[in-house]
Amino acid sequence: MTDNPAAIKSIEGRALPYQGNDVDTDRIIPARFLRSVTFEGLGEEVFIDERVDENGVKKEHPFNDPAYQGASILMVNRNFGCGSSREHAPQAIMRFGLQAIVGESFGEIFAGNCISIGIPVFTARETVLQELQNLAQREPKTVFKLDVEARSISFNGKSIALEMNSSVRTALLGGTWNTLDELLQNMAQIESVYDRLPYIKGF
Amino acid sequence: MGKNLFNKVWDLHKVAALSETQDQLFIGLHLVHEVTSPQAFQELRERGIKVKYPDRAIATVDHIVPTKDQFIRPYQDTLAEEMLQAVEKNTTEFGIPFFGLHSDSRGIVHIIGPENGFTQPGMTIACGDSHTSTHGAFGAIAFGVGTSQVRDLLATQTLAVDRLKVRKIEVSGARGPGVHAKDIILRIIAELGVMGGIGFAYEFAGPAIAALSMEERMTICNMSIEGGARAGYVNPDQMTFDYLKGRPFAPAGDAYAAAVAFWKSIASDEDAQYDDVYRLDITGMGPMVTWGITPGQGVEVSGNLPRIADLDESEAEITRKAYEHMGFTEGQKIEGAKIDVAFIGSCTNGRISDFRAAAAVVKGRKVAAHVRALAVPGSRKVKEQAEREGLDVVFTEAGFEWREAGCSMCLAMNPDKLVGRQMSASSSNRNFIGRQGTPKGRTLLMSPAMVAAAAVEGAVSDVRKLL
Ligand code: SF4
Repeated sequence: MTDNPAAIKSIEGRALPYQGNDVDTDRIIPARFLRSVTFEGLGEEVFIDERVDENGVKKEHPFNDPAYQGASILMVNRNFGCGSSREHAPQAIMRFGLQAIVGESFGEIFAGNCISIGIPVFTARETVLQELQNLAQREPKTVFKLDVEARSISFNGKSIALEMNSSVRTALLGGTWNTLDELLQNMAQIESVYDRLPYIKGF
Repeated sequence: MGKNLFNKVWDLHKVAALSETQDQLFIGLHLVHEVTSPQAFQELRERGIKVKYPDRAIATVDHIVPTKDQFIRPYQDTLAEEMLQAVEKNTTEFGIPFFGLHSDSRGIVHIIGPENGFTQPGMTIACGDSHTSTHGAFGAIAFGVGTSQVRDLLATQTLAVDRLKVRKIEVSGARGPGVHAKDIILRIIAELGVMGGIGFAYEFAGPAIAALSMEERMTICNMSIEGGARAGYVNPDQMTFDYLKGRPFAPAGDAYAAAVAFWKSIASDEDAQYDDVYRLDITGMGPMVTWGITPGQGVEVSGNLPRIADLDESEAEITRKAYEHMGFTEGQKIEGAKIDVAFIGSCTNGRISDFRAAAAVVKGRKVAAHVRALAVPGSRKVKEQAEREGLDVVFTEAGFEWREAGCSMCLAMNPDKLVGRQMSASSSNRNFIGRQGTPKGRTLLMSPAMVAAAAVEGAVSDVRKLL
């Protein structure tokens, strides 16, 4: 069997540690940037109100820090991406250049949105995240490798187990994270559900 | 062992199992609005795919419409104008029923679904908006999705989703005067935390929930997502059936009786199983106010703000950040905190009963001189009803601005915004940093009656003293 070209098996690169619990999607991308019919340009606006002051001057912020420019892996804490369902949030993160996220936990809609645009989302315990974030801060040049198959992160010859929902893992490895094609295959079953629903056909 | 509503509805709508944990779920009603849909329509267009069941969707505009000079087109905000034109074009091209700017059924998507009778028990409902949980008040399984899933819905009327676990939240006790549905849900979120509901749907049950009106149940379910639960619902009962009777898109005549029989059948069985049960007694509870930057950072209006040293280390970080942003002092009272703006509206509290409750407080009083106060109906029907009852006069005589329907100051996508570090008493659902339009703006969430009290006193006040 040949591999689906959309399969995502691993992500390798430097990390960007962003600390804080309950980071909502309004912080990740403020609503005024949703006034657009495309997702273009969102990479520049990610966390913009934290990165730039009222006068447009850049502040100290992990997303501004030259040490993390070009990083591929975002490392976050608890309940990251809670709040609004805006897919603009993972779009902004992806368009900034980040390709995967590791965190303690995630807002559910945010995590689903990440997967549907091909951003693997891994979770780990608080202490693991702290260790990873500390290392990325101390040694920003460290290269990490996230392995979807093994559900692990490896760096400096060491490997730590991570968690990932098994249906997400299957979708990433099989290249079916873009769900549309899979859903389209079951048209006959879709039609039979439509026909059996009492509020559509029954009364 | 019996089944709960969530699992009954899920099984009825399950199309296929996609993987170990994921099902393909049919969505009976897809709600569309201008913010999260344009990229989805564009992808369909590029791939030459039609909308599978345009009759199982409805669309409207709510987030970007100004609440003043609403009908003067083109809008000065060219980005907003472009979004409005996009949803007009997309719904025409793909054949989706559209409640556009001039429709008298237009309003916030989570208000017009129920008030027109689209939202019904036993349905699955999805929308590119996290407050879709609102519709669970009718005993529907309703949840928010992102734009890629909006695309999936348009193309197939289905989603790839994991089944949620179900936590029953049993609320008992009698509500005291001045205590509203908003206070109950803020209390639940304060107790269970903003991530307590991750992986769960919340079934709100118990005598205190059964006693709530449909509009109050919507307020509760609306904020399930603020507690981390993607969906929240109340089992349908006689109150639900009565509410739906006679609504334009609800079943009528013989169909109504058949519908009621179905609606009864999907309610949770007496002996239904749950993954978790949580009990809350609201006896003696006072009105709630949030003081921080998450909806879980709430206290009773007579209470004091927490001391960081008393908190669990895992709570300390977000609490510190909240103090830094809000400018409050540890241990201080929230009552008396000065406000600059009062906002009554949103899908949480922009319905007729909300304006009645607020007007009862405002009547014969004046908004404090330094406060800007806005009353923004959640839909054009709410606005008309309020005007029939003369509530608009009550508000304007007190010094409120009485606006056209829309999301308004709930979020910063239209001209209604905070300025600088303004402090807002708001009946909306999110106090996130920057939510109301300025990075330094501050939001205190509370019930519409409490917002009214804050507006006239110029500071956070206990509404019970004004009753
Ligand atoms: S009122 Fe607020 S929360 Fe509700 S749909 Fe509008 S913006 Fe979203």
